[in-house]
Amino acid sequence: MSNKPLVPAIEGWHTMDMDTPHLIGTQCTGCGTYFFPKQDTYCKNPNCDCSEFEEVELSRSGKIWSYTNACYKPPEPFVAAEPFEPYALAAVTLEKEQMTIMAQVADDLGVEALKVGMEMELVLQPLHEDEEDTKVTWKWRPVSTQSGDAA
Amino acid sequence: MSSDNEIAIIGAGMTPWGKWGKNFAEYGVAAAREALADAGIPWQDIKFVSGGATVRNGYPGYVAGATIAQALGWQGAEVNTSYAACASGSQALAAARTKILAGQCDVALVVGADTTPKGFLAPAKGYRPEDPDWVRFYLGVTNPTYFGLYARRRMDLYGDTQDEFAAVKVKNAAIGLHNPRARYKKAFTAEDVAASAMVADPLRLMDICATSDGGAALIVCSVDYAKKIGKGDAPRVAAISTVTPTFASSTVEMPDIATDSAAAAGVDPIAYRGQIPLKAYEEAGIGPEDVSLAEVYDLSTALELDWIEDLQLCGRGEAASLLRNGDTSVGGKIPVNASGGLACFGEAVPAQALAQVCELTWQLRGECGERQVEGAKVGITANQGLFGHGSSVIVKR
Repeated sequence: MSNKPLVPAIEGWHTMDMDTPHLIGTQCTGCGTYFFPKQDTYCKNPNCDCSEFEEVELSRSGKIWSYTNACYKPPEPFVAAEPFEPYALAAVTLEKEQMTIMAQVADDLGVEALKVGMEMELVLQPLHEDEEDTKVTWKWRPVSTQSGDAA
Repeated sequence: MSSDNEIAIIGAGMTPWGKWGKNFAEYGVAAAREALADAGIPWQDIKFVSGGATVRNGYPGYVAGATIAQALGWQGAEVNTSYAACASGSQALAAARTKILAGQCDVALVVGADTTPKGFLAPAKGYRPEDPDWVRFYLGVTNPTYFGLYARRRMDLYGDTQDEFAAVKVKNAAIGLHNPRARYKKAFTAEDVAASAMVADPLRLMDICATSDGGAALIVCSVDYAKKIGKGDAPRVAAISTVTPTFASSTVEMPDIATDSAAAAGVDPIAYRGQIPLKAYEEAGIGPEDVSLAEVYDLSTALELDWIEDLQLCGRGEAASLLRNGDTSVGGKIPVNASGGLACFGEAVPAQALAQVCELTWQLRGECGERQVEGAKVGITANQGLFGHGSSVIVKR
């Protein structure tokens, strides 16, 4: 990896704490529903007409709802490495927030390393580089592989 | 719903599906003229034109209803255009039904047609995190990966296998071979599917439907009008469901990167795909046990199995067993996608929901030759697209 500065691929969607990052969402002050990406204008719960929200850090771990991979290079705005390498994707359900969030799977792990129900945690890893920076984003990593990594 | 709330389908027309890149109005006109000829009425008698639309490169001049009406020759009919993603055709049909049942017109043309660009439908450029489509492509979440998630969940939850997914393709290919309007007319084998490239594990290229050009049209009318022209026994539209999901949905849906949070509202025990046909069954006053055949949106092979369960044609997790027994083949207990499905057609978004109803119409009239479902009396369609749009139509005779 290059020594370029690490900047978020999408500004303001997660903390930049590289050890224990959190996604940043919002919570409706009226009914308690969480939103990611952030929602701060209207609550989507049909039983709630509140329009006030608090920014909250979401849980860092959850269980795999399902997983797959992308074997073909996506179109722009995706920035693909050359040559393109397939990557796995996981949809992970956060217990407290009762919501499922998608991301690439960290550490170049393939689908063979994954299973529905597996415990995953949030990490920040590079999505791509541009001339100045390395753009990082949130990815899901199996909790069990953590000990083997030089964190 | 009583028979007082039914309308009759007196004409159906459909172009072959393919990839030619012509103006969509050309396909719409061809389908409409075939439907008119099938109904045996002149274009000038149509009082309402209801078009199923898609978003065409942001150009508002491509409004489906008006464009196709003008191409057929403006004759003073009232015109409607419906956009509802994959359910556009059903929403256009619902608009015509409302007009007819309100007594504001007696006969209407419902038409949808599409021409598809080559390659990916990429979002607009720039840094636009407020657009969910931009976000998911930037993070590498393409359309097939959503289908991959659903398919993998079936494998881990119900024990479905990739061979069973391939068997859906083989079944649909074997019957679509006999459909003159199908784009792919080849008896693909399990080996062909297994040899195709992996796209979004566990789905291979041949598990996933293509995008196609095509047009489909229906002539619908009041029951009185149908009787008046000697078509009192024409198939009837008994129900149309175009319900939205309910909050909170626990399924990751294209183009979103996350689901709703159910922390406050709880999760509806019936997921969205299951809610769509429920309303249709209720409206028609029938149940899954009354259905002779189903046309479902097999965007992927695995998704056909999901739909079979969403339509309650079997219990959750049992669709692969139905498939293995041959129950969902033509000649089986409950044939699914007797047209050959999207596997043989590819998807032409604003036409597809109408193409499903065309197939049911021909099946209920007993005109389907080698793919005919014997004694078909009740058919149901099901589809789901983006932005909370989905539909289910019940046709009976």
